[in-house]
Amino acid sequence: MSIKENDILKKFRSFSENKIAPHASYIDEKQNIPEELLTDLKKSGFLGVLIPKEFGGLELNYIDYGLLNEEIGKVCTTIRSLITVQNMVAVIINRYGDNLQKSKWLPKMASGEAIAAFCLTEPGFGSDAKNIQSGLQAEGKDKFILNGNKKWISFAQIADILLVIARAEEGLCCIIVEKKTVGIEITPINDMLGARGCLLGEIRFNNCKIPQSHLVGNLGFGLFPVAFTGLDIGRYSIAWGCVGMAETCLDISKKYSKTRKQFDLQIFNHQLVKRILTDMAVELKAARLLCLNAGSFLENKSRDSFAEVLSAKYFASKMVRFVTARAVELHGASGLKKGNPVERFFRDAKIMQTIEGSDQMMQLMISRYL
Amino acid sequence: MNELKKKIKLFISEKIDITNLADTDDMFKQGFVNSLFAMELVMFVENEIGVKVENKDLMLDNFRSVCAIEKFIMSKK
Ligand SMILES: Cc1cc2nc3c(=O)[nH]c(=O)nc-3n(C[C@H](O)[C@H](O)[C@H](O)COP(=O)(O)OP(=O)(O)OC[C@H]3O[C@@H](n4cnc5c(N)ncnc54)[C@H](O)[C@@H]3O)c2cc1C
Repeated sequence: MSIKENDILKKFRSFSENKIAPHASYIDEKQNIPEELLTDLKKSGFLGVLIPKEFGGLELNYIDYGLLNEEIGKVCTTIRSLITVQNMVAVIINRYGDNLQKSKWLPKMASGEAIAAFCLTEPGFGSDAKNIQSGLQAEGKDKFILNGNKKWISFAQIADILLVIARAEEGLCCIIVEKKTVGIEITPINDMLGARGCLLGEIRFNNCKIPQSHLVGNLGFGLFPVAFTGLDIGRYSIAWGCVGMAETCLDISKKYSKTRKQFDLQIFNHQLVKRILTDMAVELKAARLLCLNAGSFLENKSRDSFAEVLSAKYFASKMVRFVTARAVELHGASGLKKGNPVERFFRDAKIMQTIEGSDQMMQLMISRYL
Repeated sequence: MNELKKKIKLFISEKIDITNLADTDDMFKQGFVNSLFAMELVMFVENEIGVKVENKDLMLDNFRSVCAIEKFIMSKK
């Protein structure tokens, strides 16, 4: 498949290399995103890339959106995740929100005035999302009362709006909750192994009053199809992010293996090292093709896109664990030292196994299509 | 059998491992389908039949059986 490089991607690559990459190691170490970078990101318009132009977004197609995730994956997992979550929530509101919700939130999300978080996981329910317990109780004609706990929520610490999946009498629902709502308590979660700038949090909802007009999609359809529409995009973004991470690690490893000498030879010229680099490169190519394939299914709005995205996420997240581990290995001791990007990517790669569905969840879902 | 019903049945037969599904059988109640099916069903109706599923249409009554899906689609055409 030939891919046309367009101006937005060129601009994004330059933004990514010049504005994001210099902060990547700081973000990992300090577990925070510098204010300056956040401001630049908001101004750049790259936060709301899937949002339609009529709401101020860039309205990228899915292939370009994938390539953008690949670019950013090359430099910083945290900022890739920020763009991922923002677009997951935007896609849900754009697809299932009503006109009022769209015109209120999408322009703010495109400009970065509103940062979004996606709140599904709870302390007792991760993979078993269907059984989450956070509850929505109708109060009067126009309100719900929300009670419950959400855990491991990316960007909970800075989000302005929370898209919450909770249980009402009719079944699971998806509802927009403004962070300023009375009764919300957020406790930061720090010291994760990887994706360390994602500003995770545990969120408690204590008798929060939410207007019923904030419901996205009908009662009872909050997980399928509403939230899953976002998770689909999340998985697609992660898969491409993994490709980007692996590309950087392969690149650094090739260069290193041509400079590092052992036994009077560049290590690149030892046959066993060639084998490692070859396996890295071929796994990476295969993952990238699966991502492109998923992108074209999404672009064609094929109902099989869901399955293709699952395969891409499953394979790419395994691939990136393999490639980053080999990259660390090829660097010897220096690959195990903080400050070497391959060390950071190795830790970030492990996170990709769990988020947006673990390996086992991917296997179970993909097997449905066999 | 009309073309629309044939299409619906073909789609469902690809997704559900059951031989004699009656047109009025409630697939959700009888546990024939899991929830991913809801995603695919919406995509099928929108992209292969060409009928937009609005928010207010997201109701099990529109999707629970072959007949229900057919009736829903006809009401939108
Ligand atoms: C960095 C980070 C960011 C995150 N951001 C968000 C976010 O923004 N929003 C959000 O809602 N959540 C978020 N999460 C949570 C994430 O989605 C969950 O961690 C994930 O769904 C797994 O759930 P769990 O951690 O409860 O693990 P569990 O579901 O308890 O799984 C533990 C292990 O059991 C296995 N397992 C479970 N069920 C089965 C089964 N049926 N068969 C076989 N094996 C099984 C799993 O595969 C896994 O290996 C984030 C997590 C991380 C690490």
